[in-house]
Amino acid sequence: MWDYNKKVMEYFLHPKNAGEVENPDGIGEEGSLACGDMLKLTFKLDKNGKIADVKFKTFGCASAIASASIMTEMVKGLTIEEAEKITNKDIVDKLGGLPEQKMHCSVMGMEALQAAIANYRTGKGKPAKKAEGKIVCTCFGVTDKEIEKVIIENDIETVEQVTNYCKAGGGCGSCRGEIQQIIDKIRGKKGKGTEVHTHPKKLTNLQKIQLIQRTISEQVRPLLKAHGGDIDLIDVEGSKVIVAFRGMCSQCPTAEFTMKDVVEGRLKEFVSKDIVVEEQSE
Amino acid sequence: MSRVIYFDNNATTNVAPEVFEAMKPFLTDLYGNPSSMHTFGGQVEKHIRYSREAIAALLGCDSSEIVFTGCGTESDNTAIKGVLAAYPEKRKIITTRVEHPAVLTTCRELQNQGYRLIELGVDKYGQIALDELKAQVDDDTALVTIMYANNETGVIFPIDKIAEIVKAKDVVFHTDAVQAVGKIPLNLNNSNIDLLSLSGHKFHAPKGVGVLYIRKGTRISPFIVGGHQEKSRRAGTENVAGIVALGKAAEIAAKSIREENTKVKKLRDKLENAILKSCPGSMLNGDKINRLPNTTNISFEFIEGEAILLLLDQFGICASSGSACTSGALEPSHVMRAMGVPFTAAHGSIRFSLSTYNTEEEVDFVIEKMPIIVNRLRELSPFVES
Repeated sequence: MWDYNKKVMEYFLHPKNAGEVENPDGIGEEGSLACGDMLKLTFKLDKNGKIADVKFKTFGCASAIASASIMTEMVKGLTIEEAEKITNKDIVDKLGGLPEQKMHCSVMGMEALQAAIANYRTGKGKPAKKAEGKIVCTCFGVTDKEIEKVIIENDIETVEQVTNYCKAGGGCGSCRGEIQQIIDKIRGKKGKGTEVHTHPKKLTNLQKIQLIQRTISEQVRPLLKAHGGDIDLIDVEGSKVIVAFRGMCSQCPTAEFTMKDVVEGRLKEFVSKDIVVEEQSE
Repeated sequence: MSRVIYFDNNATTNVAPEVFEAMKPFLTDLYGNPSSMHTFGGQVEKHIRYSREAIAALLGCDSSEIVFTGCGTESDNTAIKGVLAAYPEKRKIITTRVEHPAVLTTCRELQNQGYRLIELGVDKYGQIALDELKAQVDDDTALVTIMYANNETGVIFPIDKIAEIVKAKDVVFHTDAVQAVGKIPLNLNNSNIDLLSLSGHKFHAPKGVGVLYIRKGTRISPFIVGGHQEKSRRAGTENVAGIVALGKAAEIAAKSIREENTKVKKLRDKLENAILKSCPGSMLNGDKINRLPNTTNISFEFIEGEAILLLLDQFGICASSGSACTSGALEPSHVMRAMGVPFTAAHGSIRFSLSTYNTEEEVDFVIEKMPIIVNRLRELSPFVES
């Protein structure tokens, strides 16, 4: 059971400002049903440009509801410029803390607020533009920019923390290496992410097979599993690696071009440049 | 804590008062080691024997086929790893996508060590296709491991038919029956099951004791070595009090299995029908017919499981959920996903699992509270128009 503090439980059991503001000046939505939580924020400004009314609707767990509710109290009476400065850390502090694995709830609060502000700026009723950047985590649709932001604002050191704060890496896990590289870049050190890219000098046959096996297990299989497929290593003959695809990816008409290339790419990168991948013939 | 309504019996059960009485002397006066040569220790041995016989009677097998373990997970690990070690030339394992993590994680770890793993998918009722299984069992297959009944939905697989298919190809068959034992009648003598795991705390024995049934003649290497106990099939000084408790629980289960399928089933059906009727946007997950008598799994659209559980908890009602948020995972239960339950419902799935200790009054109380909780969360949901 989660160790929620009294304040979190209070805001969950008796949420403030639940609902929707009529004719809002800004609407922000963050999250989705697939991700398991979603927040819709609406606000209205008074004639001095301060947030006069703000309401939320949340599909999510206790910490998602509590984070959204307390945030509405925090922004009430602020100008847009002031509200914009609120970070997920401010929300967590105000709540008196959240369990580590629930930090993403506070991030969702902040992101919905920013989306609502962006919506206000682009004009009433128009949907806010999604954050810039390149998608890193395909399972939860998290971009490099979003990951960089949570790392900087929360002084994050590990991939696990990134997952707790913004979900990235929490699905199939195949982007964890990339997240590590982002952490290393921001924290300015050369980490594991770059180490594995150097080719081992000379391998015995046994070592080579083990490395192929490990690369498939860690680099390829999670990606396939996330899409309902799987891969088997059938045999290794010199530099020829024979594999079989199963599940959804084996029926996919483009499997031969896409999945074979992905596997070959990874094996060339991690094991040896001369590796060729072949699909098992039935 | 005030009143508790315990509808989470697939997670664990209360220790039956008779079971507690039976085990007590072995935690106090009768503390001897059954392996000792002296009478003080040796007298304990016969109580282990009684227990073994009671469990064999419940399962319909010979008492020599019962091996005591530390828990259901250990039984599963022993069965899977033990059979693979006994057949080093075979490289393929077959299981399903809806197994308990005790089986699924073990199999996936072995896959990463180079074994070929086939995970059979299920349909929307949570059932596998027997043809697909038949096509997969081949000479390279070391083991087929398929659960008896699903912990989340209560769906019962046609285990006897499955065992027959596997046996026809002369492959070892293991079933994780942790949720089935004590709830539905079993008769291993009339089946082709080679290995079966069970856990004491799922049917009113304490935590920390389980059993692996090993059919006579089944090739299997021990998982835990370092002693002669359990005929060297599981080393380690016996958990005597736990084993005695498990024997007593098996004795009670043999008698109460009828009640499980009459009284408990009736309570479950009443709860399920009333909730499905009073809560719009609710639906049953799994196979309504082939199901444990005590389990119901209901999804509530557009609301989230953890929030439901915490509101139930405010009324002292204990249940569980397949929602991502309750486990610290970020994706909903693998069972819900394998059955293709839409995300709109998977995150809001709630499991109620009853036992013979539950009453109609408790069921009525939950029936009264459930629509209130659902409405309250729907009011907060951005997917529901206010």
